[in-house]
Amino acid sequence: MTTLADTAIDPPRRFSLGTAIRRNPTIAFGGVLLAILVLVGVFAHLIAGDPLRLSPVNRLRPPSERWWFGTDQFGRDVFSRSVYGARVSLIVGISVAAISCVLGLLLGLVCGYFRRVDAIVMRVMDGIMAIPSILLAIALITLTRPGLTIVIIAIVIPEVPRIVRVVRAVVLSIRSQPYIESAIAGGTKNAKLLWRHVLPNTMAPLIVQGTYVCASAMLIEAGLSFLGAGVPPEVPSWGNIIAQGRTFFQIAPWTILIPGAFLALTVLAVNLLGDGLRDRLDPRLARRL
Amino acid sequence: MTAYIVRRLFATLPVMAVVAVFVFFLVRFAPGDPAAIIAGEDATADAIAAVRAKLGLDRPMLEQFVIWTLHLLQGDLGVSIFSDLPVSRLIEQRLEPTVALTFSTLFVAVALAIPIGVIAAWKARKLVDRLAMAFAVLGFAMPVFVLAYVLIWLFSVKWGVLPVQGYSPISQGLWPFLEKLILPSVALGVTYMALIARITRASMLEVLAQDYIRTANSKGLATDRVLLLHALKNAAVPIVTVIGIGIALLISGVVITETVFNIPGLGRLTVDAVLKRDYPIVQGLILVFAAGKVLVNLAIDISYAFLDPRIRY
Repeated sequence: MTTLADTAIDPPRRFSLGTAIRRNPTIAFGGVLLAILVLVGVFAHLIAGDPLRLSPVNRLRPPSERWWFGTDQFGRDVFSRSVYGARVSLIVGISVAAISCVLGLLLGLVCGYFRRVDAIVMRVMDGIMAIPSILLAIALITLTRPGLTIVIIAIVIPEVPRIVRVVRAVVLSIRSQPYIESAIAGGTKNAKLLWRHVLPNTMAPLIVQGTYVCASAMLIEAGLSFLGAGVPPEVPSWGNIIAQGRTFFQIAPWTILIPGAFLALTVLAVNLLGDGLRDRLDPRLARRL
Repeated sequence: MTAYIVRRLFATLPVMAVVAVFVFFLVRFAPGDPAAIIAGEDATADAIAAVRAKLGLDRPMLEQFVIWTLHLLQGDLGVSIFSDLPVSRLIEQRLEPTVALTFSTLFVAVALAIPIGVIAAWKARKLVDRLAMAFAVLGFAMPVFVLAYVLIWLFSVKWGVLPVQGYSPISQGLWPFLEKLILPSVALGVTYMALIARITRASMLEVLAQDYIRTANSKGLATDRVLLLHALKNAAVPIVTVIGIGIALLISGVVITETVFNIPGLGRLTVDAVLKRDYPIVQGLILVFAAGKVLVNLAIDISYAFLDPRIRY
């Protein structure tokens, strides 16, 4: 039963943490997990010892009170290395997501709005998407000197088309809305239309897609490092730690399982955040998946 | 139908052309001097010039492009910088293990994921559904190589029931062949399985809410008939689409899985080529993998017409 009191505008409710968590458990869980991992990455130098210090006497020690996660074949502390690995992974994930979102948004807006550019750009995007992302990254890395920047660029290229497609789809559906048509009829300039009406609508799907790109970038980076085509081998990234643990895996499985667990947990946190945001921000997409 | 297939086939040509142009210009526009990087840290000027000549970088770009395209159209993928063997032959030699691994993974993933998705949708919001979806979320976050090592550690090192690594061609017996494919297929397949199970559940839920399903149920059809004949068939299009999208995931994973399990396929060839910076091989592999992916997508486009008679382009 609706009474007059119900329809009155509510005073702004006080933000309640409990309600927020109960409404969006995945955002809360993923967000907290990710926040912890970000803190671990940022304060790696305070939490962990030197990840590069060799200690040949203490090679391949199993996890114990002194070495929480054991040591590798050079006596390096697996805990310190894994903690520093968070830095590399998060830097790559966040930079790739940010750069791909900016590039993808620009290209997507242009493609969705200016139909002539669309045909050409989308053919190129189709071509790039036909190449498996890790191979595309590998090809670029074969031709350049190893480094963090080139790894980020090599992952951005295959990820951009995914963003472009999402943004373009939104722009196309918005364009045919009556309020856009009436704005055009009213003589609104293209730039203002894009900025005031189209751009705000792309934000929710862009944020959601951005989190998935971040997760995928971290997986690709780890895969590239694992294959020996990622960041230089002396950098303690999770992929590198796992690659270097391969030889002694049967006697020292912790050198692989621990950084592997860190990686899986980080990707899980980002994915959960993405799923939660999708359900919250983009209910249409949420119903489909 | 034939006209539709032919038209779809022609539609793949521009995509492959973009891929070819892309790999051609990648080596020409890469930052720095790729020839010097490929030749190595302390290469002499002569060695660098030799690499440049092998890559064809010493001629005018337009001429290079024409020669390269003509060769490519004849199936000539160039020559390896280090072994001087034709890239197409190197790829041919390594094809079998990769094809075997891809198909066994596809089989394992689809055979498990679709029942999981159907049951999850049927028992939506019950315990089975929650468990299946938790598995899907975890599986989707699991890096291939991490899962691979966990499986090796459990099944090979601790329990000793399956071989640690390696590959045995099918010509040397079926069981050794299958036995060595089990762990790689599962490791590679879990992410893919998670993806397919999720979309199967979502697509089934949508169909199960339709009127004709209620009709089928109320006229007393058995549950399995309703689920499989009425619901799954109508839910198939999005599922098949995702199976196609996932092929890209699978191909990226193949490179890593073959490295973990020491399988001498195209993935190993890729990694060896990267470590030696043998760009012609990498370039050839990109073209082959992209062609594989495009062909799978073509097969899927064609299957739409069978799955949903309303689709006629």
